[in-house]
Amino acid sequence: MARYILKRLLAMIPTLLGVAVLIFVLLRVVPGDVVEARYLGQGSQYVSQDLMNIERKKLGLDLPLWKQFTGWMGGLARLDFGVSMWTGSPITEEIKLRFVLSLQLALMASTIATLLAIPLGILAAFKQDTWVDYAVRVFSIAGLATPSFWLGSLMILAMLIVFKWVPPMVFTPLWVNPWENLALLIWPALAVGYRYCAVGTRMMRSTMLEVLREDYIRTARAKGLWMKLILTRHALKNAILPVLTVISTEFAFLLGGLVVTEQVFNLNGLGMLFVEGISHRDYTLIQALVLLVATFFLTVNFVVDIAYGWIDPRIRYR
Amino acid sequence: MAAAPQTLEELSRAPAPRARWRGAIANFVRQRPLGAVGAGIILLTAALALTAGWIAPYDPLANDFGAMLSAPSAAHWLGTDAFGRDVLTRIIYGSRTALTVGLGASFIGATLGSLIGVASAYFGGRVDMLVQRVMDVFFAFPVIILALAVVAILGTGAGNVILAIATPMVPRCARVVRSSALTVREMPYVDAARASGFGHGRIILRHMLPNVMAPILIMGTAFLGEAILLEASLSFLGLGVQEPIAAWGLMLRGAAVEFAETAPWMAIFPGLAISLAVFGFNLFGDSLRDALDPRLRTQ
Repeated sequence: MARYILKRLLAMIPTLLGVAVLIFVLLRVVPGDVVEARYLGQGSQYVSQDLMNIERKKLGLDLPLWKQFTGWMGGLARLDFGVSMWTGSPITEEIKLRFVLSLQLALMASTIATLLAIPLGILAAFKQDTWVDYAVRVFSIAGLATPSFWLGSLMILAMLIVFKWVPPMVFTPLWVNPWENLALLIWPALAVGYRYCAVGTRMMRSTMLEVLREDYIRTARAKGLWMKLILTRHALKNAILPVLTVISTEFAFLLGGLVVTEQVFNLNGLGMLFVEGISHRDYTLIQALVLLVATFFLTVNFVVDIAYGWIDPRIRYR
Repeated sequence: MAAAPQTLEELSRAPAPRARWRGAIANFVRQRPLGAVGAGIILLTAALALTAGWIAPYDPLANDFGAMLSAPSAAHWLGTDAFGRDVLTRIIYGSRTALTVGLGASFIGATLGSLIGVASAYFGGRVDMLVQRVMDVFFAFPVIILALAVVAILGTGAGNVILAIATPMVPRCARVVRSSALTVREMPYVDAARASGFGHGRIILRHMLPNVMAPILIMGTAFLGEAILLEASLSFLGLGVQEPIAAWGLMLRGAAVEFAETAPWMAIFPGLAISLAVFGFNLFGDSLRDALDPRLRTQ
């Protein structure tokens, strides 16, 4: 087991290195850099090239690419993410609070998705090909089809028109004021959670259908066990693993993938930071952000794989 | 579904191709009513896109400053936007953008992805290893981030948006197709083709690719809905299709947010159009998967 964990952890390194190289190159292929974005973006067309070159030198943008890359990697090895090229403040400072926000939103959305997906999926499988099954499928596919940014703006609109109430516009961490915090985040979490429950529901339904056809389920029914007991005790245990996988994969992507939803709800999360960073051509910030999201994704996948062995003792790792 | 003809005698009694198609479609409608509803929505969207020039009541680009932000009425069924442009007309024309980008992106994504997937399975060994590692790298990015990165490089506009949306789809398709192609690779006919001295390209394209068509088709239809949504998201962010082209995501942006309280029709109807179209593609794709993939068949 320990060997397997070590092997998996080591396998993450080349992938992360690949991500780092890819984003490093991609950023530098894009025309323009942070200095141009700062000076030319403000409409002042006549900034002298010398001034811009001095600025570039300050930021280390005049160094050869390999030097820039090894410098970045060296910093990472010392857990130093550097400073944002745009604001000049340390990247850990820039990311910290936004990470908290995005993580909380991702957790809340995944919880809502799970709470919807598991019962709905079981229900649909149990009542296969009846109107209940169709209703559940239509409900979940409709969720997948509805852009969460549109659903979000409808929610805000409805609250505005019906209750004359607007969600708070400033993020307060959960530990400062839980009420304010939840009043802000529950709506985007609902909009996103509804959307992502579809994937889980579909998976729950199809694995449940498979399991319900197994011999041991027939035996349990023949023994005269309650259907409720069979579903929750016998079938669910064997059907839930793939559902956990898809939901945790979704969760891992939600951390950095809520760019549009954050825009609608005016949330200052990682997605918003990413879009800002791109428009400012803030290399150091985007590099750190992308690497963070990728690391998070790989770690979640890794934890799920390990959890598999714990949930299902038949799975052995070598 | 009727059993496939087994003997020569049955084969000779099998209906003519056209009748067989009709029979297959009738079967699909009967057995998968949800899929049929999806197909209906898709056909409707396609019809709107093709006939936009004739059925749209107004010019999608014509400003009418006398009728800015007017509520739904007999003249403007779904109201007008901040420039006095008819919302219904722009939704009808928007279906063109959605379908072009959706079809283009999923076609490019599925084609490239399946070529990479089949080649990776066929060559195996180190090539396969390398390709898989590269795909892992792409997998670690959230879809929208990858699409945004491509837009940042190529710039906005419909053509670039198609490429941006196709990019995250390539590794997803490649992974699924590779796993199917791995079983196809062990088939005797692939060995036979190799023994006959056919080149790698011919074996991959003519012998293996046709036999993994089912997963490619499934992935392709699944992508379609996702691609339309992604296009809407990018356009909503202002990083996709650009004004004044009619696109659903674009219609939800700017003035639609500003005047949401006084002119909610601008925020409601284009979103409905997106949801309905994607809903249709997803329903159809789901049923298609059930019908084509025997492992997931529910009967």
